[in-house]
Amino acid sequence: MEFFVTLVQVLDSTIRLATPLLLACLAGLYSERAGIFDIGLEGKMLMSAFFSAAVAAVTGSVWLGLMAGIGASLILSALHGVASITFRGNQLISGVAINFLASGLTVLIAQSWFQQGGRTPSLFGGGRFEPISFPFAEALDAAPIIGPVYSELLSGHSILVYVAFLMVPLTWWVLYRTRFGLRLRAVGENPAAVDTAGVSVVGLRFAAVAICGVLCGIAGAYLATALQAGFVKEMTAGRGFIALAALIFAKWRPWHAMWACLLFGLLQAIALRFQNIDLGGIIIPVQVMDALPYILTVVILAGFVGKAIPPRAGGEPYVKER
Amino acid sequence: MTVPAIELKGISKAFGPVQANKDISISVAPGTIHGIIGENGAGKSTLMSILYGFYKADKGEIWINGTKTDIPDSQAAIASGIGMVFQHFKLVENFTVLENIVLGAEDGGMLAPSLAKARKELKALEEEYELFVDPDKRIDEIGVGRQQRVEILKALYRKAEILILDEPTGVLTPSEADQLFRILHRLREEGKTIILITHKLREIMEATDTVSVMRRGQMTATVKTAETSPQELAELMVGRKVLLQVDKVPAQPGKPILEIENLRVVDEAGVERVKGIDLTVRAGEIVGIAGVAGNGQSELLEVLGGMRPGQGTIRLNGTPLALSGHGSDGQARRAQGIAHVPEDRQREGLIMDFHAWENVAFGYHRDPAYKRGLFMDNAALRADTERKIEKFDVRPPNAWLTAKNFSGGNQQKIVVAREIERNPDLLLVGQPTRGVDIGAIEFIHKQIVALRDQGKAILLVSVELEEIFSLSDRIAVMFDGHIMGERLPHETDEKELGLLMAGVAGEAA
Repeated sequence: MEFFVTLVQVLDSTIRLATPLLLACLAGLYSERAGIFDIGLEGKMLMSAFFSAAVAAVTGSVWLGLMAGIGASLILSALHGVASITFRGNQLISGVAINFLASGLTVLIAQSWFQQGGRTPSLFGGGRFEPISFPFAEALDAAPIIGPVYSELLSGHSILVYVAFLMVPLTWWVLYRTRFGLRLRAVGENPAAVDTAGVSVVGLRFAAVAICGVLCGIAGAYLATALQAGFVKEMTAGRGFIALAALIFAKWRPWHAMWACLLFGLLQAIALRFQNIDLGGIIIPVQVMDALPYILTVVILAGFVGKAIPPRAGGEPYVKER
Repeated sequence: MTVPAIELKGISKAFGPVQANKDISISVAPGTIHGIIGENGAGKSTLMSILYGFYKADKGEIWINGTKTDIPDSQAAIASGIGMVFQHFKLVENFTVLENIVLGAEDGGMLAPSLAKARKELKALEEEYELFVDPDKRIDEIGVGRQQRVEILKALYRKAEILILDEPTGVLTPSEADQLFRILHRLREEGKTIILITHKLREIMEATDTVSVMRRGQMTATVKTAETSPQELAELMVGRKVLLQVDKVPAQPGKPILEIENLRVVDEAGVERVKGIDLTVRAGEIVGIAGVAGNGQSELLEVLGGMRPGQGTIRLNGTPLALSGHGSDGQARRAQGIAHVPEDRQREGLIMDFHAWENVAFGYHRDPAYKRGLFMDNAALRADTERKIEKFDVRPPNAWLTAKNFSGGNQQKIVVAREIERNPDLLLVGQPTRGVDIGAIEFIHKQIVALRDQGKAILLVSVELEEIFSLSDRIAVMFDGHIMGERLPHETDEKELGLLMAGVAGEAA
C-alpha cells in the first residue's frame, strides 16, 4: 500500500512537470509542422514566465498575468516570424537570439522593477493559479485505489494542466480534420504547392508561429504562477529544449508528443522524489538524479528515436520560384 | 471570328537591366492547343508566370474570354479559369492524391466533406478525360507520369478552362509522353484551351494547332503548325540556320579503350543501382546510354568518374582501375586519362560562386602548369581560361565572372572546355545539353564529335532520345541497373528503344 501511495504521488507530480513540456512541445509542433524551426521555445517560455509573474504580483490577478505572459511570448514570436518568414533569415540564429534576449532581459527588468536579485516577489492568493478540486474528491479519497487516483492524480491540478492535456486531442483534430490543418501540414512539406494553389504561405506560417507564441506563453505562465509562486532567474531550466527533444521523439505527432512529454515528466518526478538513492552501500548523489532527465534526453534521441523525418521544408525560407 | 480564350496585348517585363519580355502580343483561340517554343532564357517561363500571377507585368494587358483581367496572384489566375502544370510538380509528397487535389480548393473549414466531394468529382473527371489515378495512393508511391496527371486533375478540379503546361515531357518516357498527348487531345475535344511550352520541336509538331516562337524576350512569329517545319521553327528560335542533325562521318572504332565487366554499384542506402553490367567503348566511337532517369546511368558515370565506389572490373587501355580506396577518386581518374562532364553542372561541375577561371582549375589544380613554387600561378590559370573561353565561344568572354552569372549553355561550355581540352583517352558526358539552348547544343555536339574523330572514346549518358540518336555510334539502353540491349542507331527507332527503356526485353539483349 505504501508503494501505491508513492506511485500515485510520483505520477501526480509527473503530470505537473509534464504540463509545461507538453505546452511547449505542442507549440513547437505547430511551428515546425508549418516549416518554421523554433529553438526559441525556451526563450519565449522564460519571457512569459517573468511577465506573467510580474503582472500577477503587481495586480494581484493571475489572469492578467497570464495575458501578459502570452503577450510577451507573442512579441518574441512576431520577432521570429519577421526574421525568418518576412526577411527569410536563418531560423536557428533567430531562435538563438531570442533565447539570449529572454535570458538577459528577464533578469534585467526584474532587478530594475523589484530589486530582489532578479526575481519577482512571491505570489499568493489571486496571484496564483489554485488547484481545482473535482466534485466529491474529498469524499472519495478514502476509497481504495479509485480514491487516490481520482482525488490526487486527476483532481487537484490548476486549470492550465487541464488546458494542456485538452490541447492534445484538439491539436490532433485541427491538424488532421480541418482545412487549416491540411494547409499547415502542406506548407511545412512543400510551400510551393500551397503557393501555386493560391494560398498565402506567409499568412499560414505567421498563423502557425502565432499559435506557437500563445502556447509558449501559457507554458511560461504555468511555470511561474502555478507550478511555482513567482519568477526566478532561468526558471525554465532547459524545458524548451527538452520539449524540442520530445517533439522529435514524437516525430511531430500530437498524441506521441503527449506520451513523450509524460515520459520526460516522469523522469523529472523521479529525480525530485528520490534525491539520494542507497544501492547496497553506494550512495548515488543527488546531482546524478537531477541530471538524469537530461542524460536520458540525449540517450533517447541518440538511440531510440529511429529515423525521425522532419517536415521536408522545415528550416528553409520560402522563395518563390518559377 | 470567335473571341480568343486568351489575349495578351503588349506585355513587357524587365528584371533590372534584363528585358525578359518585350511587347509581347499573342492570341489563343478557344479549344486549341497552342505551342510556345523558344530557347532557354527566351522568356517563355516569365510570360507564363505573368499569366499565372507570379510576376506582375510592367506594361500590357491580359484579356480572358474577351474581358480585360488583372492577375495579381495565383488565386486570381485560378479564379479566371487558368490552371498551370509546372515543370517541377507542386505536390506534397506525403499527402494522398485526393489531399493534393483538395489543397487550396476546400469547401469550408472541415476536411471530411471536402474530401468526399472531391472523391466524387474526381471520379467524374476520370471518366470524362480518361485520367485514371488512385485517389488514396500517396504521391511518393506513384510514378512521375501519374504525378503529372494529378497536376492536371488539380487544375481541372479548380474548373480550369485554360491549361498551361511548362515543359511537360522532360521527366516522361516516350510512351508516357504519348499518353500525355492523348490526354491533351482529349481535353481539346472537350473544349479546353491548352498552352504547351517546350523547347522540343518534335512535340510542337505532334501536339499543337498553332505555335508561337520566342527569341530573346520577343515573339518572333506565330504560325499554324501544319504550315511550318521543324527546320523553319529552329531557325526562328535561334535567328539563323541551324543543323538539327549532327554532321558526322561514320565512326571508325579502334581498339577497346574502356572495358567494363560485371560492374555492380550499391548506393548509400544499400540499394543496388547497377546490377552487373558489361560494356566496351572503343577508340573513335561514341557509345550512348539511353534510359529514363534513375535506372543506374548516373551511378555508372559516377563510378567511372571516381565519385563513388563500385565492384567488378573496369579496364582503361587494358589496365585495371581501382574502384574504391586509393586511386579511385576524381583526381586520380583524370590522371588516368578519364575526363568527366558530370550530369549536374551546377552541383558537380562548377562552384557557382567562384570565378570562371577558378572553375577551370577544378580537377586539374595540381597541374604543374598552374603552379609557381608553393603557390598557384593564377596568372597562368587566367591566361589558360581566356584561351579556352575564346576557343569555346563562351559569352560573355570574361574570366572574372562567377559561374552563376553565365547562362546554362555557357556554364556547360566552361565545363566541356575544361574537360575536352585535356585531351583525355575517355570522355564521360552526362546530360551535356540539359537546360542548354539550341545554339550551344549544336556547338557542344560538334566538340564531342571532333574529339571522337581524334580517336578518343566517348561514353554519353542522356535522357534525351534525340540526343542519343544524333550523337551515338552505338546505343545501350539501361533499365533497373541492367543493360537491356545494344543497338546501332540506324537499325533501331524510338519505339524499340522506348520499350527497352520501359524494361521490355528485346530479342537480342
